[in-house]
Amino acid sequence: MSNHTVDISLMVNGERVQGRIDARKTLVDYLRDDLCLTGSHVGCEHGVCGACTVRVDGEIIRGCLMLAVQCDGAKVETIEGLSDSGEIADLQAAFEQRNALQCGFCTPGMLAAAQDLLKRANKVPSRDEIREHLSGNYCRCTGYHAIVDAVEAVAQARAKGR
Amino acid sequence: MKPAPFAYTRAKTLKEAVTLLAKHKDNARLLAGGQSLIATLNMRLSAPDLLIDINGIKNLNGIAKKGKHVEIGTLARHTQVERSDVIAKHAPLIALAMPHIGHPAIRNRGTFGGSIAFADPAAELPACLLALGGEIDIEGPSGKRKVKVDAFFKGLFETALRPQEMITAVRVPAADKATRVGFAELARRHGDYAIVGLAASARADGKGHLADVRLAYFGVGDTPFRAKKAEVALAGGDVDAAVKALDLDPHDDVQATAKTKKHLASVLLRRVAKQLMEPQG
Repeated sequence: MSNHTVDISLMVNGERVQGRIDARKTLVDYLRDDLCLTGSHVGCEHGVCGACTVRVDGEIIRGCLMLAVQCDGAKVETIEGLSDSGEIADLQAAFEQRNALQCGFCTPGMLAAAQDLLKRANKVPSRDEIREHLSGNYCRCTGYHAIVDAVEAVAQARAKGR
Repeated sequence: MKPAPFAYTRAKTLKEAVTLLAKHKDNARLLAGGQSLIATLNMRLSAPDLLIDINGIKNLNGIAKKGKHVEIGTLARHTQVERSDVIAKHAPLIALAMPHIGHPAIRNRGTFGGSIAFADPAAELPACLLALGGEIDIEGPSGKRKVKVDAFFKGLFETALRPQEMITAVRVPAADKATRVGFAELARRHGDYAIVGLAASARADGKGHLADVRLAYFGVGDTPFRAKKAEVALAGGDVDAAVKALDLDPHDDVQATAKTKKHLASVLLRRVAKQLMEPQG
C-alpha cells in the first residue's frame, strides 16, 4: 500500500523511462542523479530560485517542489529536450547574442520560463509582463535587463513570422 | 537539503485519504500541490512518516457558480483559478489576487485548498476569504462539516481543521452589481510573500457610500486580520479617518519593522479605498 520505494514509468524528453525510486527523491534530483540530465540545476531547493524549472505535461513546474514519484505516467521535458527539439533555438541564440547569460546557472530555468510565456502569448508581451513571468527565476549575474531584451526580441521576431 | 525518508501512498478517494489520516494521525501529511510542504520537507522542518498523495482523487477541482455562491474545489490549482471565467466574473477579488501568488511555476502546482489549510499569515488567499466571508467544507473520519471563514483562521499556521480532517471545497458569495473589491500588496519581488497586503470587499449602497466594508490584511500578524475600526471609518467615506483608525499591531519580522509595516498598511489602505470607491464591473 505505502512504501519508501515506488516503481514509476514516465516519458522524459520523448523517451520512456522506468525504475524503482525513493519516494523522497525530488524530480530534479531524479533527473540529474538517475537519468544524468544535469541541465536542470539545483539552487535553493525550496522553490525560490527557479534554477530547477522543467515542464511536466506541458506546464512549467519547480523540479525541487515535485517528487519524482508524482511524475508516474507524466510527460517531462527538460532543457535537454527543449534544446534538442529546436523549440527554443531562437531564444538560445538571442540569449547568446545579447549576453543574457554569464555563468549560465539560471539559464536552463530562465529559458523554460521564457518559452512558457512566449508559447502562451497571443501578442508580444510588454517588458513588464516579461519581468513578471520571469519573476520566479533568479539571475545573479546579468541584472536581468539583457534577459528581458532577449525575450522581447524573440517575441517580436516570432510575431513577425506568424 | 534533502527530505528525510518517508513512505508514500496515493489515496484514490476522499474516504481513503481521511481513513489513512485517522490511522496515522500526526505522523502523516496530505500531499496536494506540495509547494509549501515539499519545501519544508527539503529543509527538514517537517519529517512525516507517511505522505498521502491526494492529487489523484477525482471531482475535487471543480470551479462553479452554485446559486449565490462560487464553489472552488480544494484541488483546483492556482493556474486553473487564475484562468477561470467563473472566477473572473463571479469572484473578482480572487481574480485580482491570483497573479500575486508565487510565480507561474508555483501556481501550476499549488492548490486553492492547500493554501487555505496551510494558512500562512502572509499569503493572499486566506485574506481574500476573510474579506469575502463564506464557508469551508471539511471532511473527516466522523463525516462532513462546514466552518464559517470568520471562525477558521485561529493562530499562526493554525486553523479550525482537526488533525484528521481535510478541506474539500470553499464557497464564497458570488459578486453582484453592488459588489466592490480591492486588492494590493507590497513584496520585495513580485510573487514573493507579502511584506504587507490588503484584500477588501464592500457593497455600494447606491447613494455614493460603501456598506459591509471588510478589510482583510495579511503579513501583519499571526493570521489574516480584519481592521474593523478602519472598516467603519471607510464606510463613512472618510479615507483619512480610516487611516487614522487603522487598528493593526504588526510585529517586526525578517522583511520589515513593525513601524514600517504599519506605514505600508496605511499606504495600501489609500490604494484599496480608491479601488473600492470607483465603479466596477
